Amino acid sequence: MIELFASQNASSFPVLNAIIIVPAMGALVVVLLPNSRPEMMRPIGAIFASIAAAMSLYVMTQFSSHDPAFQFESIQSWIPALGINWHVGVDGISLWLVVLTGLITPIVLLGVDPHHDPKPYTAWLLLLQAGSFGAFLALDLFLFFVMFEIVLVPMYMLIGGWGYDDRRYAATKFFLYTMAGSALMLVAIVSVATLSAGDQGITFSVIELAERQALSTNTARLCFLAFALAFIIKVPVFPMHTWLPDAHTQAPTAGSVVLAAVMLKLGTYGLLRFGLYLFPEASVWSAPTLATLGVIGVIYGAIVAAMQKDLKRLVAYSSVAHMGFIVLGIFAFTTQSLEGGVLQMVNHGLSTGALFLLVGMLYERRKTRAIEELSGIQSAAPIFAGFFTIVMLSSIGVPGLNGFVGEFLVLIGSYETRRWWTIIAAAGVILAALYLLWAYQRVFHGEPTPTDEATPDLTLREGLILAPFVAGILFLGIYPKPLLDRIEPAVDVLIAHIEDHSDYERPSPAAPVVVDLDQLGEDGH
Amino acid sequence: MSDLPHLAFVGPSIDWWALLPQMILLGAALLILLVSALAPQRTSSGLATVITLCAAVTAYIVALGLWSDVKTEGPSATVASALGVDGFSIFFTILILVALAATALLAHNYLDREDIDPPEFHALLLCSAAGAIVMASANDLIVMFLGLEALSIALYVMIAMHARRPEARESAMKYFVLGAFSSAFLLYGIALTYGSTGSTNLVHVRDYLDAVVFRDQHLLMAAMALLLVGFSFKVAAAPFHFWAPDVYQGAPSPVTGWMASIAKAAGFAALLRVFFAAFASHDADWTPIVAVLAFLTLLVGAVMAILQTDVKRMLAFSSISHAGYVLVAVQSASANGTSAALFYLFTYTFMVLGSFAIIGAMGVDGEHPLDRYAGLGRSRPVLAMAFTILLLAQAGVPLTSGFVGKFQVIAAAVEGRGYLLASVAMLSAVIGAFMYLRIVMAMYVVDDGVEGPSPTVHWTVSIVLIGVVGFTLLIGIVPQFLIEFAEDAVPVLIRG
Repeated sequence: MIELFASQNASSFPVLNAIIIVPAMGALVVVLLPNSRPEMMRPIGAIFASIAAAMSLYVMTQFSSHDPAFQFESIQSWIPALGINWHVGVDGISLWLVVLTGLITPIVLLGVDPHHDPKPYTAWLLLLQAGSFGAFLALDLFLFFVMFEIVLVPMYMLIGGWGYDDRRYAATKFFLYTMAGSALMLVAIVSVATLSAGDQGITFSVIELAERQALSTNTARLCFLAFALAFIIKVPVFPMHTWLPDAHTQAPTAGSVVLAAVMLKLGTYGLLRFGLYLFPEASVWSAPTLATLGVIGVIYGAIVAAMQKDLKRLVAYSSVAHMGFIVLGIFAFTTQSLEGGVLQMVNHGLSTGALFLLVGMLYERRKTRAIEELSGIQSAAPIFAGFFTIVMLSSIGVPGLNGFVGEFLVLIGSYETRRWWTIIAAAGVILAALYLLWAYQRVFHGEPTPTDEATPDLTLREGLILAPFVAGILFLGIYPKPLLDRIEPAVDVLIAHIEDHSDYERPSPAAPVVVDLDQLGEDGH
Repeated sequence: MSDLPHLAFVGPSIDWWALLPQMILLGAALLILLVSALAPQRTSSGLATVITLCAAVTAYIVALGLWSDVKTEGPSATVASALGVDGFSIFFTILILVALAATALLAHNYLDREDIDPPEFHALLLCSAAGAIVMASANDLIVMFLGLEALSIALYVMIAMHARRPEARESAMKYFVLGAFSSAFLLYGIALTYGSTGSTNLVHVRDYLDAVVFRDQHLLMAAMALLLVGFSFKVAAAPFHFWAPDVYQGAPSPVTGWMASIAKAAGFAALLRVFFAAFASHDADWTPIVAVLAFLTLLVGAVMAILQTDVKRMLAFSSISHAGYVLVAVQSASANGTSAALFYLFTYTFMVLGSFAIIGAMGVDGEHPLDRYAGLGRSRPVLAMAFTILLLAQAGVPLTSGFVGKFQVIAAAVEGRGYLLASVAMLSAVIGAFMYLRIVMAMYVVDDGVEGPSPTVHWTVSIVLIGVVGFTLLIGIVPQFLIEFAEDAVPVLIRG
């Protein structure tokens, strides 16, 4: 650790390995703490989560912004008999997801009270953080699969142990849906590795397999479909989304926040890192279908969200709509659309994460999430309403806040290659305004009943929990350049890789429109 | 007088060193019976466990010595090529001895609790272990059959030792009748193999099949089919699995664990040695049949498991499903497939022994409804976590040995272009996961105010649980050494 801060040379300390291992060790430490001090569990867990967060920030500051390659790479032999290595690295696509994972976990760990059994709660959250880091950093297919699957267990336990009434059903559905998707992905992973082996020997390295491109067109397409199925269930893309509202609604607040902010991103990140990168031709081949599903998700999610009676379910369906935008951006294959997609992953993490926190705080106060039972909260809790407004506007995509930047980039980038899809998806922006503002109106405006008037306002502690989210929302809305600078080289290289290995060509930048003033003047007369 | 030596029977040369593990076990069985006749009952109970453990450890050390011999001098055979000493036989010897020690520890408290006569149980356990080792090392079909019968007959009695429980007697009867039935199939298959190749010795069978092209191989096909039916009964592969759930449920829990792990492993050892090693040249004839068996076994086991309400019965069906995975590896008929099967059997043995140990501790009266586990996570968090790890390992969740095992099985199937079977195997894992999650849910998700059960876990059971859970996690994280061990244990047929 001393070495980490003393030396500027990043290669000397395997910081990415430490990022994964520290929270896992934290979980172990928490488990071994004596049961007699339950109040110590969350602070001690938060220390480990914060160390990981600090290391993710360190990676962010040391990340060289115009380098598209994987940085901080580290390879250790793991199971040589099967050609498997512990291989991690970070690039512009995964960097911000790692930072997001790092920052969110300590916040929810400290911010959300589990009410009972703090020890397993803390341990599971730390394991969730470790597994999510691992999934975002893995550059070995086997390692990725291990991490992608292992995060199911802590989330399953969080929903089952600390969730609401219908948690049994929701937790099991969540686990089985995701496991079913990844079952075929494992077969595809083994197939890709085996069929690409050739004379060079078997490898599970993503970089190596992407370079080899040894599969025949049809095999690659089948394997891509198996990968894509796993990821679109995780995202979730319509029609594989049905587990999400149940899981979100039944999960405890911390579970919902991490699920929305981090775990859903595993799906879109997987599509980028493993779908597009490993199977460029198959991605181009399937892009119209997947973009269509994404757009259906945008519209469907918005309409269903508008119909919800439960505030948490509404936010869950808004997630379906937002993630649809990201999928559209990914399968439009332009620099801007991919950039927007990656940025939107971070934005969605901030805004939906904060929305779930706010709904959780509201539930703590009123023990209900039903929209019809709430009214006129604004007069009783003006600060709470203020925070809600900012986060909601970010989710709607109002200019000046982060949601706008991401959605705008996705729309403008997709318009070049997927015009009609983009036009329909743009309607989703309006729908988002509709359902969120309508819900806001019903809950915060109107005539408060005596119980509504008794709703306490935000405490300082809760304000401090929400402050980082709001800061991020404002910062990214005003000055997203630091993020985009680091995302852009990575997605540019990815698109170039797709162009190299398929017949796709990105649209050449439109020639600037030169207006001939003389001509204009003549026509005017 | 002087011409007598010419008339005398000259037996085959015997490498006693290679037979030592079996002889130690059988000697210990006799010693236990002797001691129990002389010592008072209370002493003999503990003594039986100690003798069994000592025998297992001694035999284990001998097996390690044999292993280093095989490493340096290569595999060999003895008793006129009837018993092979290769990595394969030693792999199974070690597996059987580890399971023997674990079962002896598990039985120690169980037998007292259920009022079963310990010395007889331990003597039979040692006999069945010796039979299983003979089965795994036999290079001759007749010797293999002898090993199988030694294993099975001991098991019939062990299942029925629960004299007061009618279901134990019923399941022993069922196992006995169907076991005898399957032995008949096997014996008929051996006879037809002899008819078509002129020998029961596997070395000879392999050489003969390599050298001779049959004009009409109906007899050989019939022999393979009958052998396969016989082995399928023993490993409880669908559609020959019907005895398994009833027998597993009715038997005392330590015996169920022993059957699900070792009786199954020995059956697969014999199957692999006969089909993969001896019938290798005819793999195009038998692999499709094994693939169909694998397909049926995977789905029947997984689907039937989720329909059960009794935990012991759930795990009985899940054990059928696990046999399906091993069959997937076997049908690839490759060295990688065989080592995947061995790895799977080795890791599964630990999971299933631990699972039935917990079930044995929970089901004091022989009943195992799912409700009984409600709230175990609250009342006994460590025990519940151990069970959860074992169940998730069986579901194939990463960072457990179960995942590495499944991964290798899938890799072997994909290597042999068995994409469909690999996909079916993974999907049946998802179906199976539903059942494992039901148990986990029951332990952890309870309404407020429900007090969980507090079973008494004897320290011998705790030792076994620490061992199996530790092993399951260790292999899940660093599987390299076991993979190498399994790779070195692919069977070879050597003329002694």
